[in-house]
Amino acid sequence: MTNFSRRNFLKAVGIGGAATVAGFGCAPNGRATASRNGHVVVVGGGSGGATAAKYLKRFSPDMDVTLIEPTATYYTCYGSNWVLGGHAQMDDIAQTYDALQSRHGVKVVQDSVTSIDPARRTVRTAGGDTINYDRLIVSPGIDFRYDAVPGITAADSERIPHAWKAGEQTVILRRQLEAMPDGGVFVMVAPGNPFRCPPGPYERASMVAHYFKQAKPRSKIIILDNKENFSKQGLFIAGWEQHYGDMIEWVPSSRGGQVEEIDVANLTAISDGGFNVFKADVLNYVPPQTAGKIAMDTGLAGDGFWCPVNQMTFESTIHPGIYVIGDSSVAGAMPKSGHSANNQAKVAAAAIIRDLAGLEPVAPSTANTCYSLITPDHAISVAAVYAYQDGTMAGVEGAGGVSPADAPASVRQMEAVYTKGWYDGITADIWG
Amino acid sequence: MKCSRTLAAGIAVSMMALAYVPQAAADTTRGELLTSSCFACHSIDATGNMPNLVGYPRDLLISQMKAFKDGSRVGTIMNRLARGYTEEEIVLMGDYFAKIQ
Repeated sequence: MTNFSRRNFLKAVGIGGAATVAGFGCAPNGRATASRNGHVVVVGGGSGGATAAKYLKRFSPDMDVTLIEPTATYYTCYGSNWVLGGHAQMDDIAQTYDALQSRHGVKVVQDSVTSIDPARRTVRTAGGDTINYDRLIVSPGIDFRYDAVPGITAADSERIPHAWKAGEQTVILRRQLEAMPDGGVFVMVAPGNPFRCPPGPYERASMVAHYFKQAKPRSKIIILDNKENFSKQGLFIAGWEQHYGDMIEWVPSSRGGQVEEIDVANLTAISDGGFNVFKADVLNYVPPQTAGKIAMDTGLAGDGFWCPVNQMTFESTIHPGIYVIGDSSVAGAMPKSGHSANNQAKVAAAAIIRDLAGLEPVAPSTANTCYSLITPDHAISVAAVYAYQDGTMAGVEGAGGVSPADAPASVRQMEAVYTKGWYDGITADIWG
Repeated sequence: MKCSRTLAAGIAVSMMALAYVPQAAADTTRGELLTSSCFACHSIDATGNMPNLVGYPRDLLISQMKAFKDGSRVGTIMNRLARGYTEEEIVLMGDYFAKIQ
């Protein structure tokens, strides 16, 4: 490492004690104030954005960091299946921005970004502010392609919830499950790849089965899947048989799982040209997905559905100065998960700090860890380590993989303990 | 600033301390970035039930990561993760965990 340059040294000394109060990026007119280390604006306060804001300050305490997030309370998608299963409450998956602001010095603006001007390096908010940035991090999660299947629109999501963004949607689906009579059928339509949280549909089926087993044991769960295989498949299917008998039926695309139409009025999913008709008492349609709306509107996905980035830094290959992290980005072998978003946020934060200092990025190393509950005492996991190789974040050979198939109950239970520990740890790392 | 404790006293301390911040900012290192990945589970606020590794003895961290990597210590998920890191990276982690407070 080089030592500080004479210029930086003099600058630092010159600013002296005032540096710490030099202050925040956003004057009342929305103009960024001058700052030694630049002003980074982060769009979206989910797992990616909140981590990025916190770690920019951790790595570079004098950086001015503004996080723009529309909600005061953020509900994590991970853990929301536990709420559906009655194993957790909404409060258990609620996160706030108090610590980012008071402990870490992030300026948190409760507003939503309506447009980004990559040339002028400004964002506009619904509240009417224009905010300048030196570097922008865009972490808007996902949006839904309701045009992919005829018969259903976004307006139907109260009757047929997706519950793939946690919050009100989680509550709606939980209430429907509670109101469903014993002997009813819960039908979930799972999206094709890629989508947010690859094991999510199967953990959801597990948690709903956990609830049904106690409250309405004659009920059925049908997963209509737009693919032929899924994450941790062998472990899920073995766990379902062990705990739930034949309550859960998984239907791959080749056997009628590829839904072609939804009849909203009759809560029915239709496939194979009408040959297969699945009537539900509760229908959970999880649409195919795209990068978050603001990323799409800004052209960060180009002609596609997801945003290409330089995977060494997560800087957009379309708009320089904008970094796209989390579900919206194309990140090599990394799955679209909160853990991935958290790790990518750290890579982007470090890259921005080094870039603003005129330094090359360091080689990124990331990991993903994902626990799924089959029952509250039986969890399985998948893990991977990723390194930058040949232009992409690739899984390190020989590492990672799923929990052993032949593990005893004690290991499943230990992983269930760590599932909760993972939630507590990562949410502290992001919002704490 | 943490670094000031290791530096000479007097005016140099305050000057160096001031200079340290942009310097720390400028060279977010490979070890720092690499180890920050671990914080997702091993919270540096000691939240959750994963072992707290803040200030963990360097040599112990290195020996345990190597033991997870070669299978001589059996964990639930750590064997799968430890196999993803080179010896050099494990040393960087050991250095960094030992340093933070």
